[in-house]
Amino acid sequence: MSIDFSVVWQQLPQILSAFWNTIWIWIVATILAVLLGFVVAGLRRYGPLWLNLLLRLYVEVIRGTPFLIQLFLLYFGGPFIGLSLEPIPAGLLGMTVYGSAYFSEIFRAGFAAIPPGHVEAAECVGLSRGQIVRRILVPEMTMLVLPQLVNMAIILMKETAILSIITVPELTLVVGAIGSQQYAFVEAMTMLALFYWALVEISDWLGRLAEKKLSKFRFAV
Amino acid sequence: MTRPAVRIRDVHKSFGNTEVLKGIELSVPKGSTTCLLGPSGSGKSTLLRCIAFLEETTSGLIEIDGDPLGFADPGGGRSRTRLSAGDIRRVRAKIGMVFQQFNLWPHMTALGNVTEALVTVQGMKRSAANEIGNQQLARVGLSDRGHHYPSELSGGQQQRVAIARALALSPDILLFDEPTASLDPELTGEVLNVMRELAETGMTLVIVTHEIGFAASVGQKIAFLDHGKLLLDGPPAEIFGTPRHPRLEQFLETYLDRGAATLV
Repeated sequence: MSIDFSVVWQQLPQILSAFWNTIWIWIVATILAVLLGFVVAGLRRYGPLWLNLLLRLYVEVIRGTPFLIQLFLLYFGGPFIGLSLEPIPAGLLGMTVYGSAYFSEIFRAGFAAIPPGHVEAAECVGLSRGQIVRRILVPEMTMLVLPQLVNMAIILMKETAILSIITVPELTLVVGAIGSQQYAFVEAMTMLALFYWALVEISDWLGRLAEKKLSKFRFAV
Repeated sequence: MTRPAVRIRDVHKSFGNTEVLKGIELSVPKGSTTCLLGPSGSGKSTLLRCIAFLEETTSGLIEIDGDPLGFADPGGGRSRTRLSAGDIRRVRAKIGMVFQQFNLWPHMTALGNVTEALVTVQGMKRSAANEIGNQQLARVGLSDRGHHYPSELSGGQQQRVAIARALALSPDILLFDEPTASLDPELTGEVLNVMRELAETGMTLVIVTHEIGFAASVGQKIAFLDHGKLLLDGPPAEIFGTPRHPRLEQFLETYLDRGAATLV
């Protein structure tokens, strides 16, 4: 048996459509997870104590269990509590919840790293609570935690492969299926690895670009 | 007699069970420079932070140009009421604050720091705000540094940007919390010079400092705190002239021993 990529290559349109699914699901889920993670971190810091404890439990449970199992429970267990979702919405929800727990921890550390004096200085010149969040805390924190955000986004990108178990038509499911139909597992999996690697490299490069742009804003000592 | 810029009436402040300010009475005359001196833990920084409303007093009243800050006591008795957020903001707008750690926002340029409140709080147009910002930066000798980020500036330059940021809002009173304490001796001078110039323009300054020489030469009023109490309050000639209060003598000696400051 020899390696022959042409059997996989012939299915290119199908693969590209799966590639596109992987990308958009990843981007949408990452954006939602960042937003949710930010809200969770903000509520934990500025909300009442009971809410902080509740959200801490949420973060601990999500971080303490495998994504695969969370996704199984959501997709196959969801209907028992009236939550019947199609594969793609279930995948988006699962990734958002999973990512939000990690992003919230990144933001929590970011909030804690901002010197309280920066907020006091803003109060002294009359900025309101909302203006302080928008103009001082969020931009300052973003610059502090950007490397971790990029890192987590890359991890999420690779986690999209797990969505194949709930039949989301993304790269892993589609290319894997082609592999088994054509008995070309090695070719399919090699191609799959290359696709993911290319994606990681691209997002890594974008992350470095953003960091470079922000490097000027480093903390003064 | 005109009313004082700041009037502090029987102010107490506790953190938990620790009473840091134990009934302070002080008035800051308009257009004067008042220096708060005292050993570490004497409560001078806490008092300044109370005037900036960064800390809330436990009891007592603070008036800024006759207006109550944070709490009012309409009956004149012992019960005080908290003022509305709008009233607090209106009175606080008369006060500018300069911190020991500069506290510039690292994601904004020097000019961005100075103009932030003009644009965000006062809704001024960017071009008009920049004009004011550049004027204030020129006033502290940094007209060519507007587009630099705080990380690209020396400590002394950062502190001067912080002063410009406070000045941009044209406050009636400028508070300084140990403005040179985290600077090299070389950089201390440039900040003290800016403060000296401000004092000469007749702005009301309240300065917590360990620069005793500066306090003695620029200050028109010295307030010496010890263990949360105002021990001495008067013009420098009176406070530093002999005979000195034994506690002040002891405090000064520790400075002179180190050769860190000399009296003028």
